[in-house]
Amino acid sequence: MKTIRLFPTIITVLAGLYFLVPLIATFKFSLEMKRGELSFAAYQSVFQSDTFVQVIGFSVVASLVAIVLGALLVVPTAYWVRLKLPKVRPFIEFVSILPLVIPSVVLVFGYARIYGTGSFLPLTMTETGLNVLLVIGYVVLSLPYMYRAVDNGMAAIDIATLTEAAESLGASRLRTILAVVFPNVRSAIVSGAFLTFSISLGEFVITSLLNRPAFGPYMVQIGQDYAYQPAALAVMAFAVTWVFMALMEFFGSRRPGQRIFPRLRVSRFRRVGS
Amino acid sequence: MADIARQPDETPAGLSAMERAVIDTAAPVALGLSPTAVAGACRARLNWAWLGLVPFVGFTLLFLVAPVFYLFHGAFTNAAGQYTLENIVALTGAQIGAAYWLSIRLSFVSAAIGTVTGGLLAYALILGGMPAWVRKAFNSFSGVASNFAGVPLAFAFIATIGRLGLVTLLLRDAFGINLYASGFSLFSFWGLALTYLYFQLPLMVLMITPSMEGLRPEWREAAEILGASRGQYWRMVGLPVLAPSVIGCFLLLFTNAFGTLATVFALTGSNFSVVPIVLYNQIRGNVLYNPNLGYALALGMVLIMAFSNTLYFLVRSRAERWRK
Repeated sequence: MKTIRLFPTIITVLAGLYFLVPLIATFKFSLEMKRGELSFAAYQSVFQSDTFVQVIGFSVVASLVAIVLGALLVVPTAYWVRLKLPKVRPFIEFVSILPLVIPSVVLVFGYARIYGTGSFLPLTMTETGLNVLLVIGYVVLSLPYMYRAVDNGMAAIDIATLTEAAESLGASRLRTILAVVFPNVRSAIVSGAFLTFSISLGEFVITSLLNRPAFGPYMVQIGQDYAYQPAALAVMAFAVTWVFMALMEFFGSRRPGQRIFPRLRVSRFRRVGS
Repeated sequence: MADIARQPDETPAGLSAMERAVIDTAAPVALGLSPTAVAGACRARLNWAWLGLVPFVGFTLLFLVAPVFYLFHGAFTNAAGQYTLENIVALTGAQIGAAYWLSIRLSFVSAAIGTVTGGLLAYALILGGMPAWVRKAFNSFSGVASNFAGVPLAFAFIATIGRLGLVTLLLRDAFGINLYASGFSLFSFWGLALTYLYFQLPLMVLMITPSMEGLRPEWREAAEILGASRGQYWRMVGLPVLAPSVIGCFLLLFTNAFGTLATVFALTGSNFSVVPIVLYNQIRGNVLYNPNLGYALALGMVLIMAFSNTLYFLVRSRAERWRK
């Protein structure tokens, strides 16, 4: 028995070391900015930079817009396909996973050529156009994950029956989507949203090739200019990724229609009473 | 005719799908209409339903299919707009051929190491009798680490085994091993492979776990009763059952590594000429002095990734045979 367990234990310990050592080393490195003592000076220096605040703000806004746009695109489509056109589901699914095959560098290359000078849609010629293109790029990158999250959410509820029930109670199609379908896949959308957010927040390739003042290119610049700040950024990025993944897991495993936050007891009583 | 075509939509909203279907087909027949009229009614309803796909299809056409198609088309034309295979042939030239070869080697090595180490770790966690909390900890860690790529990952490895990284210094001061004098560099082939492993290994663990859990204890028991040794069980039952999944995971890891750009860029700038980096430089400043050659480069990249993904789907359908 003992000989059987020895080998797995060695593997697990080695893997644990490989995972933990870079994290510990990076964290320790990030504390060593001031010679001879451990301090959070590197973190302070990151947060005190005006550029940092600006690029984070830009990236957060771009990511949030991408999430909204992605949800608006994916939720009605996934709903419609499941309800009316089940035959085209494989095709739509195939299209939605295409971004996994097409690298972002190829995608942005195409954007630069097709939406450049003399194009019918010269998006790369204006600041606003570039921002629009950036958000669209984020939507495309997150399409596989968003679509799968929402489609799985829809699979968990009986879309057809719910729609029929809503219709027999006289709800319009828009109302059905807003009041019945959307709340039931809310957790799935939020789960997809967190993944979208973690993909686009520090995205480098599309962002830098579109010349946007966002977080990804800023990090690369910091990496070239400083020694300790990058380590601080890496530690924070890891922490943020962890939080996002935990939230994604949390929302991804919720029951359909479950509230995002549990409702307070008091309000439930009041509702019953009134 | 037009009235009939609209009829299905005018049926009361409260009817079930089946009732609707009955009305759709029965009503015109009851009215004594020809089959063509019925077909017309069906087609009208179909057309209307297709409209719901317009936003999605329009978006993906404009921002996913058209850009890629434009590049593909450009790959087969020359500067004058005539069709040619010159660019495709030029891909095998010294500079670009070397970039592809480097990319393929790096992706292959990092995928192979990731497959083996990730497979071993999954085996240890699932079949090696590790306590549940260890398994859980590794699982949630893997979820995070497989998504922890790009620029921050590069920073973490610079702080760890860069020239002044803590592990580099620790090895030098405590053990007298000078990594960089012995030929290792984080900014080289093996340094990149080691860095990639940080997201490849956990990805492998996550992907192979379902198949490992699908290895039924009955199979091992049956093999043992028939007198098989542990090695025989793995050689003749375990590995053959796992093989399609393992190959599938390898292919996904390969694609994953092949498309990696941000990590390489943050580690080595634009000096390490893997295909994505060459393409990046081409977009920035036409370093190949031939736009159409750039398109061909993009085409080759997509083809390699599509090829390995298609193989993955073929292999996966075979892997699912045992998961019933």
